Amino acid sequence: MTYKKGITPYLYFIPVIAFLIMFLGYPLIETFRLAFTHPTEPLGNFLRVTRTGEMWKALRYTLMISAIVVPAQLVFALALALFINMRFKGYLFLLYIISIPLALSDVSAALMSYSIFSPSGYVNKILMNLGMADSPIYFFGRGFETRAFWVIVITEIWRATPLVFVILLAGLQSVNKEYLEAADIFGFSRWTKLRKIILPILKPAILSALLIRTLFAFQIFGVAWLLTGRDIPILAGEAYYWQSIRYNSNVAASYGLVIALISIIISWIYLIVLRSREVEGARA
Amino acid sequence: MIKKALTLLIAILIAFWFLTPIVLIVLSSLTPSAEYYDPHRILPRSLTLNHLRSLFVTLGGWRATLNSIQVAGISIGISFLFGLPAAYALTRFVFRGKNSIRLAILLTRSFPVLIIGIPLLTLYMRIGISDTLLGVALAHTSMVLPFVVLISSSIIGGISVEYEEAGMIFGLSRFASFMRITMPLVLPGLAASAIFAFIMSWNEVFVAAILTVGNRTLPAHILNAAMTAPDYFKFAAGTIMAVPAMIFIFFTRKYLMSLWGISLK
Repeated sequence: MTYKKGITPYLYFIPVIAFLIMFLGYPLIETFRLAFTHPTEPLGNFLRVTRTGEMWKALRYTLMISAIVVPAQLVFALALALFINMRFKGYLFLLYIISIPLALSDVSAALMSYSIFSPSGYVNKILMNLGMADSPIYFFGRGFETRAFWVIVITEIWRATPLVFVILLAGLQSVNKEYLEAADIFGFSRWTKLRKIILPILKPAILSALLIRTLFAFQIFGVAWLLTGRDIPILAGEAYYWQSIRYNSNVAASYGLVIALISIIISWIYLIVLRSREVEGARA
Repeated sequence: MIKKALTLLIAILIAFWFLTPIVLIVLSSLTPSAEYYDPHRILPRSLTLNHLRSLFVTLGGWRATLNSIQVAGISIGISFLFGLPAAYALTRFVFRGKNSIRLAILLTRSFPVLIIGIPLLTLYMRIGISDTLLGVALAHTSMVLPFVVLISSSIIGGISVEYEEAGMIFGLSRFASFMRITMPLVLPGLAASAIFAFIMSWNEVFVAAILTVGNRTLPAHILNAAMTAPDYFKFAAGTIMAVPAMIFIFFTRKYLMSLWGISLK
């Protein structure tokens, strides 16, 4: 390590910091400005979409999707990580299969779902061939919002569980084998080992996986937009609608601002939880 | 024995769950339309490349693919040009405020990048780069750059500084010492993170769709066209979006895990 006094080390950061100020900092401030710019009243852009209930509906759907998808992914990913960590023969091959969706976009995932759940899709093909349905079951479109909602949920769980999975699997590598051997000697059950040894050690990995997934869940766009358009309105989808179809940057920025504020609140809660955990650790 | 069989069964179920949608999108993109719409036919009798061909040739897919590759290339280029010096300083120097800088860069990763699309559109119109690939690439760079700084600093940090110091003692400059001693050692890791950065840009749809009208990247083109396009377009599009990503994941599978911070031996 080279100890550096003076400004030399900081010079190395100038390009990065200048770029991020220009392309993250400035747009954030500009989002505020756009959102609060209205010919008559400062909150006019928000009122325009809250009076009609559009924004509340989008917020409610986004919250509901996140509230179902994130915990489901956590449980599913934890089970997968514990299973892979048994390191049976051929586990690396399965690990590779599970990690494929990591590289897939939300656009591909949505189109995959469409090929399965569309009126001529594979679900309908199979049901009709087995004689369990006479005519195609519709999963999308007006009047089928509940089904469309669950298709979005399943697609999101399928697509993003691997992200949680790799973080948890990484965390599992720091569980000391000797603890588990000691637990075996004392005759602990599997369940007790999981609850008393593995989960506490895994807590940091669980927290960071939860943070990342919650942040991304509130930015859900491609899956919901491609599968249902505005039938299941979500925050990012509404921002896209107001920008690209209605050409109203101000209302679009209002939706952007809501997403940004939610992200800030989530990160902030996470930092508080993390800090209190450190204090706990210091006491113990 | 029972335990082994049970493990195998669970493994097969998991593989089935994760592979089925991928197999089906590829299958549906190769199925002739008449057979796809025939409800009594699950597996097609014949396969066709017509859908993929018409997506590429007549529906603008090839141009959009080239656009996507250019956008990803530019943003990877800028990210490494700007990101490597910062990553180097984070691992090789000790200075006041280092942890704050690292934390600040880490925090930008929790920034919802999609919201920058809307304000950047008005900025780009003012400076005359609206609806250009450069504009999309710059926006993607703000998502890729923090990732490149953090991952490169952890890769460079894995190589002991003493080799570089030895080089400097023998008269190499700091830059030459890094390029000739450390660079060859970290190159595979950096290549893997470049591939990962490529996938980030390749998959990004929201910002790209907002910033472009004529020069759309592949996902933006698909998003825009899918509303009115026939089903086979959607399946072909889903397939060509997925295939490069899967190939890249395959070639970086060893690094994929270390990119997420694990060493699974």
